[in-house]
Amino acid sequence: MKEIDTKKLINFSINGTPAQAKEGWTVLDTARNMGIHIPTLCHHEAVEPSGACRLCVVEARDGAWSKVVVSCMYPPYEGVEILTDSERVKNVRRWVLEMLLAQCPASREIKALAAEYGVKSTRFRIKNPEEQCMLCGLCVRVCAEVVGVQAISLGSRGVLKHVSTPYMVPNRACIACGSCVTVCPTGAMQARLDKVRGDVSQRTGHGFAH
Amino acid sequence: MERITSIQQLELLKNSLQKAKESGRNVVRVCLGPGCRAQGADKVAAAFRDTVRQQGLPVKIEPLIKETGCHGFCKEGPLVTLVPSGLFYSRVKPEDVEEIVEKTIKKQEVISRLLYSENGTSYRTANEIPFYKRQMKLASRNVGDIDPLNIEDAIANDAYQAAAKAFSSMSPDQVIKEVEISGLRGRGGAGFPTGRKWRSASNAVKKRPGPVYVVCNGDEGDPGAFMDCAIMEGDPHSVIEGMIIAAYALDARQGFIYVREEYPFAIRNLTIAMDQARSVGLLGKNIMGSGFDFDIRINRGAGAYVCGESTALFLSIEGKPGEPRAKYIRSVERGLWDRPTVLNNVETWANIPVIIEKGGEWFSKIGVPGSTGTKAFSLVGKVKNVGLVEVPMGVPLSTIVEEIGGGIPGKGAFKAVQTGGPSGGCIPYKLKDVSVDYDSLTKIGSIMGSGGMIVMDDKDCVVDVARYFLRFLEEESCGKCLPCRLGLEAMLEFLDNFTQGKGSLEDIEELKSLAKAVQDGALCALGGSAPNPMLTTLEYFREEYEAHIVDKRCPAGVCKALITYHIDPEACTGCGLCAGICPQSCITGEEKSPHKIVQNACNRCGLCMDLCKFSAITVS
Amino acid sequence: MFRHNATDSKERILYVKKQTTDIDSIMEKYPGEPQYLISLLQDVQAQYSYISEENIRFICDHVGVPVTKAWSVLTFYRSFNIEPRGEHLVRVCCGTACHLKGAERIAEDLERHLCVQREHTTEDMHFTLETINCPGACAVAPVVMVDDDYLGATNQADVRNYLKKL
Repeated sequence: MKEIDTKKLINFSINGTPAQAKEGWTVLDTARNMGIHIPTLCHHEAVEPSGACRLCVVEARDGAWSKVVVSCMYPPYEGVEILTDSERVKNVRRWVLEMLLAQCPASREIKALAAEYGVKSTRFRIKNPEEQCMLCGLCVRVCAEVVGVQAISLGSRGVLKHVSTPYMVPNRACIACGSCVTVCPTGAMQARLDKVRGDVSQRTGHGFAH
Repeated sequence: MERITSIQQLELLKNSLQKAKESGRNVVRVCLGPGCRAQGADKVAAAFRDTVRQQGLPVKIEPLIKETGCHGFCKEGPLVTLVPSGLFYSRVKPEDVEEIVEKTIKKQEVISRLLYSENGTSYRTANEIPFYKRQMKLASRNVGDIDPLNIEDAIANDAYQAAAKAFSSMSPDQVIKEVEISGLRGRGGAGFPTGRKWRSASNAVKKRPGPVYVVCNGDEGDPGAFMDCAIMEGDPHSVIEGMIIAAYALDARQGFIYVREEYPFAIRNLTIAMDQARSVGLLGKNIMGSGFDFDIRINRGAGAYVCGESTALFLSIEGKPGEPRAKYIRSVERGLWDRPTVLNNVETWANIPVIIEKGGEWFSKIGVPGSTGTKAFSLVGKVKNVGLVEVPMGVPLSTIVEEIGGGIPGKGAFKAVQTGGPSGGCIPYKLKDVSVDYDSLTKIGSIMGSGGMIVMDDKDCVVDVARYFLRFLEEESCGKCLPCRLGLEAMLEFLDNFTQGKGSLEDIEELKSLAKAVQDGALCALGGSAPNPMLTTLEYFREEYEAHIVDKRCPAGVCKALITYHIDPEACTGCGLCAGICPQSCITGEEKSPHKIVQNACNRCGLCMDLCKFSAITVS
Repeated sequence: MFRHNATDSKERILYVKKQTTDIDSIMEKYPGEPQYLISLLQDVQAQYSYISEENIRFICDHVGVPVTKAWSVLTFYRSFNIEPRGEHLVRVCCGTACHLKGAERIAEDLERHLCVQREHTTEDMHFTLETINCPGACAVAPVVMVDDDYLGATNQADVRNYLKKL
């Protein structure tokens, strides 16, 4: 990686248009600054990027070298060419969206996003027609990084991964602030909130925001 | 043993230990590598100890019973080597021990029954055996020779000499330079030049002063690979010494060895080796009186393949779930606890002392340009000589599989060889002359990987193998990024369909497109390389995929939905074993007359075929 | 931390006390830093065969990690159990070499024979059936490990017979 002078802007290009990034900016930051749309799901300004959903992928080219990278984390460097809609990028997006339709068929947000990119149906097996969560982990990150209480966590791994509280019982650490619901990109947290905070009317003492 | 407080003292100690060794004392080396252990080698070692004790042999004859690491020739285990005669006994059972002591140790008689023989020739010593002849042992130089639980034995075999050389006559920069000259590339799979890695870390720490870490990746997760296990168990000191040398070159104070917990003996041997090294002043504070402090801690893996990936491994050492992060900033700059970190695999570390001792120049002449040195492989699957081999880079694949491995057990040639584990590819027989080095393997769609080499014959279905690896990775995916968590599951859905004779030829093209999306979109190398076995089998064995999809037929007779079991009336003796054990009770027949399978009730569990003593059950 | 009813509190405190003394000696080995979480969980599991809810809380207090983080770790890594394991651990190697030599058929047979799915424990708590990825004994594939013993070059009948003796 190249050294970045704090005062200097980084000159590169997005879809052939000259782009300038400030030190510390990602490709996504720059694109948004320029008004270029890149779809995202697991990204939120309030928390550190995690690069999980991979919808924001772009292709970075430098001469003969080319690589698909996530724009929410990729630091641009002088001269790199970024393509937000190349064939490789579209291929990743198309498949991710089709698979998401099978993963969280109950999410209106996902359906709308998929339709926007021309994906209307899925060939893959739907395991739970009620599912809305795509496991981007935004709720967990906002709870830990912004609220600072760590009431929820991502449990298990791989296809068994899920958002939960320890032992699947309501967690008294939850202050019922609702930040997780606000950041959730698929509407899944709304349905899950009661499982996290438990029966609010039964709670006394500390552990409450209000 | 006294604490070593100077380099001269180590030299003196080594000389006196070597003299004692050369005194001609009888030694019995019993292999306790994972293969031999599974075949009861621990009982053989115990029998030797008991017999020797009971017999109260005179001092001149009484052998030292040494439990060593893997001798490599696992298929012929348990293996026993006798010193000084060099006699090599294979398939030794506890019952044979008394005879060995009585005849060979007391009277120097050879027990020909225990010698390894092949095609009518029996071999007295290991070096004569074709399996060993083509090999060259660098990383595993002491494995199978020394007692890994006895540091004196290791010192007599030159352990810690390279570290002493580096401390006494080389600057840290010279050490890095020597590794750069050697051309050594990472043995864990990706093949990144080790010297360059060290150099970058050294530069990174100059820019950002503070702690720097050296880490050993012993999370050998590829199923069917056990080279690193053999090194950690058989010669833990080579790994420790390699890390000490790197620590000296980078001025690191703390090292970590991350070992998968499925290797309890590797963990035990490393722990004991480190304790011994610490107690004699070869590790810890003021190593060899040089004033240099460096210590190592062992972290046990907890059953997550993905932790072999560098960023996941660091998180695991930090006590967190091993979810990889994007590597736009390399781990030599920001690794463990966000500090510059050098992570190398076990075999890489074991090579370092050799390079320092004999020089990078010497090492670079072994192998082929671009891939220097040797590589250890675990040769498994449908091959006669299953075992651990180490060969110079650049030997043809056929040399390893056919000359060293002895080819497949039955007649004919092998069908394919899978290298690089779940991230690697399937190499078909027609490419058997490919040079086994990093670049040549990459060119044909496979990778060197960590060194698992799985040989397949015509009874193995490539679609099933591709599906096996995908399912393995699906289970091991951390689930963080969607292309891996959902993509592998989706690819598996395609392959599941194929193995059931469903799907269409268009599906193959769709699957390829999905594979591309997974390769491009996945966060780490686990997902990024997951399509490789499928893509290479598709490239080299497309007709087999088509047989499943179009003809609804599994040519190898593996895929359950597409096969039927039959009883060969000629071979069936009517013993009734299969009828008794069939869980569906769908095998009928009179006693002593050929039996029959009622096809529509058969659930193809294969139990009858696996248990039939007369190989009367065939599959089609 | 956790609330409990007044009626069982005495019992609970005694229980907690007993647990504390046992687990303390394990925790003493590690400084109270988050990096030791996994090592501690491993040692506790080695002692008790699984990690109870109480023990998680003790460990979390010791290393200074919220329970949610420990829960992620506990469920992420395959080797941790949050439920007690059976008396005997039957592990079928499903590594590549064993797969080619029919390990899957052996695993399926054991599921039938023990009436339990893999990664689960029989109702009588006698056996826990697991699959593993290669302990390195490919030379004698297929391999089944029963507790610490290897059954090499084995088949369905041999494994059944071996289990019968336990």
